[in-house]
Amino acid sequence: MKSSLKDRTAIVGVGNTPFGALYRNLDPERSPYDLGAEAFVEALADSGLKKSDIDGVLVCRVPDYGRMCEVLGIRYPRFVNLMQAGGRMASITVQYAALAIEAGMADVVACIYGNVGRSAGARYGGGEGGGGNETGMNDGAYGMTSPGASVAHMFRRHQHLYGTPVEALGHLAINNRKNAALNPNAVMQAPITMEDYLNSRFIAEPLRLLDYCLINDGGVCIIVTSAERARDLKKPPVYIHSMSMAGDFDHQYTVDDCFYDCLQMVSKDLFAGSEIGIGDIDVAEIYDNFTPTLLFSLEGLGFVPRGESGAWVTPERIALDGELPLNTSGGHTSESYMQGWGLIAEAVRQVRGESGDRQVADARNALYACAAPISSALLLRR
Amino acid sequence: MSESAPRRPLPRINKLNAPYWAATKRHELHIQRCDACGHRWFPPASRCPQCLSTDYEWAPASGRGKVWSWIIMWQRYFPAFEDRIPYNVAYVELEEGPRLMTNIVDCDEVDLRCDLPVEVVFEDVTGEITLPMFRPVRD
Repeated sequence: MKSSLKDRTAIVGVGNTPFGALYRNLDPERSPYDLGAEAFVEALADSGLKKSDIDGVLVCRVPDYGRMCEVLGIRYPRFVNLMQAGGRMASITVQYAALAIEAGMADVVACIYGNVGRSAGARYGGGEGGGGNETGMNDGAYGMTSPGASVAHMFRRHQHLYGTPVEALGHLAINNRKNAALNPNAVMQAPITMEDYLNSRFIAEPLRLLDYCLINDGGVCIIVTSAERARDLKKPPVYIHSMSMAGDFDHQYTVDDCFYDCLQMVSKDLFAGSEIGIGDIDVAEIYDNFTPTLLFSLEGLGFVPRGESGAWVTPERIALDGELPLNTSGGHTSESYMQGWGLIAEAVRQVRGESGDRQVADARNALYACAAPISSALLLRR
Repeated sequence: MSESAPRRPLPRINKLNAPYWAATKRHELHIQRCDACGHRWFPPASRCPQCLSTDYEWAPASGRGKVWSWIIMWQRYFPAFEDRIPYNVAYVELEEGPRLMTNIVDCDEVDLRCDLPVEVVFEDVTGEITLPMFRPVRD
């Protein structure tokens, strides 16, 4: 990232729907627009801005920006569009908002996410299987399907190359649950042990049920504006200190290096020209649609030497008072699968000191990162 | 297979991939080779991803490779695979470079491992479709 973008924009409002309550109360008529709107109202109140201040709208998972704007009564946005409905887009949506603001295309952009995946019975598997695309090859002919199975392939390869123990995944799942128990909004709060982890059923072996995210309904909204404007608002600004992304397109989702090279690019761009180094990250919120992506991210971003994440991850290191507090709200496996959006909201709250019982002491610099065919990161600071 | 049994998802033969399926039907494995630069690629695409030439041919592959990675599928995603659960799904890296999705056959699960040398065999699934499978190379 060009250093001229450093600290030029800020997140000034975050809001979200309940997650646990929605998980326990399915409603086939639930609307992603209503969930997005609920999160928007919360974020707007959080920011202290008026609805009329919002002149940019980016939506994700919400099916249509036009309908979203109609629901919110935002008739003439200066900057508006729909992001692809994939988890990798969470921080990228925020990045596009920041770029638009810096370029003068908008002053205040609301990034709105709304998902009814659980009520709609989203499965992320089956059908034609992965690869049932324009090539017509159809992996389903071999019984292959689902992003989880793709990650399972990569994790197996990682195990083969580096001897990575499955218990490392267990530590990650347990840590998520431990943090979720301190988050009243989390879906899953009952503690789990390593025995529970190892006894949970296989989905795509070597991955187990407890490695998998919790598909849910919910909404999240993140409001971005310029650093100048942010300074006069209700809450202290959370600056977008830096941001980066990089693509890696090979074999759909199953890349041969667990996104290592791509994440190295993301990390290099994120820290280039910054006085903040990777050792200065106080809290990390990392995309975990399946637990192995946390290992891939820790290595690719440079927290851990390549191949050593399996031994590095211990309960102590990743705990709230550890060397690198990780997924403090419970992550996708325990809080809710909000496709990265909930994690970004949590990163903002940590930097503001608003995370209640799960607050990391004196968290100044927070990282959000995602390992995926577009990997990305945000470095947020107060 | 009885008529009521659920059918496994099948590839869709199209203009681009038809030579691949014509070859597997003859129990041969062909993948694309660029006339201009010699690059081999898979899955099919209408131009060489290396030099962008549209001149290519479907040329025989050795049929030998190694298991890049593999999983055991336990989840019931496909009704047609219900009675096979748990079953393996593997990525085989061909000697020529590209990786193929497949199942490893004639192999006990305990013998499955990454980098296991394998060779292609063919399973005639329908009159139209023959799927390449892989089995361990035996000395």
